[in-house]
Amino acid sequence: MSAFKEFPIRWGMVIDIDKCTGCGACTVACNKENNIAPQPQQLERIAGKGFPTRFKKLEWLTVYELSNGVQGSGHDTAYLPRPCMQCGMPSCVSVCPATATDKNENGGIVSQIYPRCFGCRYCMASCPYHARVFNWDQPVYPDGMEKQLTPNVSVRSRGVVEKCNFCHHRWMYAKDAARVAGEDPNALPEDAYIPACAEACPTGAIYFGDVKNPEHKVYELIHSPYTFRLLERLGTDPQVYYMSKREWVRRQGDNYLENEAGPVAHGNGGLHG
Amino acid sequence: MVKKTSSSGGALPFFVGFVAMLFVGWWAFPRMLFSEVQQPIRFSHVVHVEEQEMACEDCHFLNEDGSFNGIPSTASCAECHSDVLGEDPDEAKFVEQYVNEEKEVEWLVYQYQPDNVFFSHAAHQGKDCTTCHPDVAKSDTPPTYYQNKLTDYSNGGYKIVFGRGVGVDPAYSRGTMKMWECERCHAENGQSNACYVCHR
Repeated sequence: MSAFKEFPIRWGMVIDIDKCTGCGACTVACNKENNIAPQPQQLERIAGKGFPTRFKKLEWLTVYELSNGVQGSGHDTAYLPRPCMQCGMPSCVSVCPATATDKNENGGIVSQIYPRCFGCRYCMASCPYHARVFNWDQPVYPDGMEKQLTPNVSVRSRGVVEKCNFCHHRWMYAKDAARVAGEDPNALPEDAYIPACAEACPTGAIYFGDVKNPEHKVYELIHSPYTFRLLERLGTDPQVYYMSKREWVRRQGDNYLENEAGPVAHGNGGLHG
Repeated sequence: MVKKTSSSGGALPFFVGFVAMLFVGWWAFPRMLFSEVQQPIRFSHVVHVEEQEMACEDCHFLNEDGSFNGIPSTASCAECHSDVLGEDPDEAKFVEQYVNEEKEVEWLVYQYQPDNVFFSHAAHQGKDCTTCHPDVAKSDTPPTYYQNKLTDYSNGGYKIVFGRGVGVDPAYSRGTMKMWECERCHAENGQSNACYVCHR
């Protein structure tokens, strides 16, 4: 595992699971923003071979359904959108033989350089979050759709790994706008830069900002007693945080055993759902 | 024993062949790699900059949202060129074929970069344009656009002599900016060379 890297800016996402309705607008917005081609044939092809389609479909942000496992009236469901965690100690970076992925820039976003990637998929194997996807096929855009592609995002060819990058291009353009306006590009105000998923979320469940900047909402939110991170005990130090007042959701955030004490409550502890 | 004689005739054919291969390798082959394309309109920067005393920023400016305007649209050219102003046949052609038809000119960009490259003009405002671009401000005729037949990229107005790009003006001898050139300048100026600074 690579050494912990500290940067003056730490872009963080806080996803309020209790607000998420599982509508999938974030996934759609992400696919559209990042030029991910629709893959109807892809799903049929994989399903036809008997493979699970869960991790094979090309999407950077997947919404998972969580269940508390109770039958009857006590049953409860939650939805968990999962972008790339942009780990503080990314397990994908140290295994890359081509240095196609790195965490070396202010902001802490894990980069992925597609022309340098030769598709060995070590990073996919090492990522505990399944945040990375592989291009099994050349992207095919339906007639006319290529005119709608985002010019700010490069399209990926067959044989490379890709992943969420917090819509990094949007940060670059936000910095440019700040430069032209004569402001400091390294001190962007709240919401000057937000990824497409956060922008599209109809319930406002996704908060985005610099978790080191006290002026940003996420600075407060990550210190909430209801905030947790996925598989936190692995020590990957993700930059994506989740919130839920339901304890069973927080317990599912990491692999807690049935009788094990749950995640340490920082405040009053969670409310039971 | 019959004395063995050279059947090829000695050193001269070797020398002729050697020179011929040098000619092929240094002169003919590089020409095969590039096709020469001319700009659709012979745009003269000299007329605009020196005679009309226009500033570079009149056409090539930064937009308010931080993006770079790049090459002006036909509409902004038509602010002056709604009718033919001078005697130049290319200007007449521009007015007839593009302004009247409301069509954009397909200008050839010498510094065109691949899809996965992010370049911010806003971040490089302090630099001289000719650090990366050919000094077209002093050109009356735009330099020939040499297009690589394999990659479609320009070599930035090179003249190809002996297989290498040689320009009269050193600025012309710059091809499309290479990654090491960006990296070197970033390193020299203490800027980050992280992947995502220049890639997307």
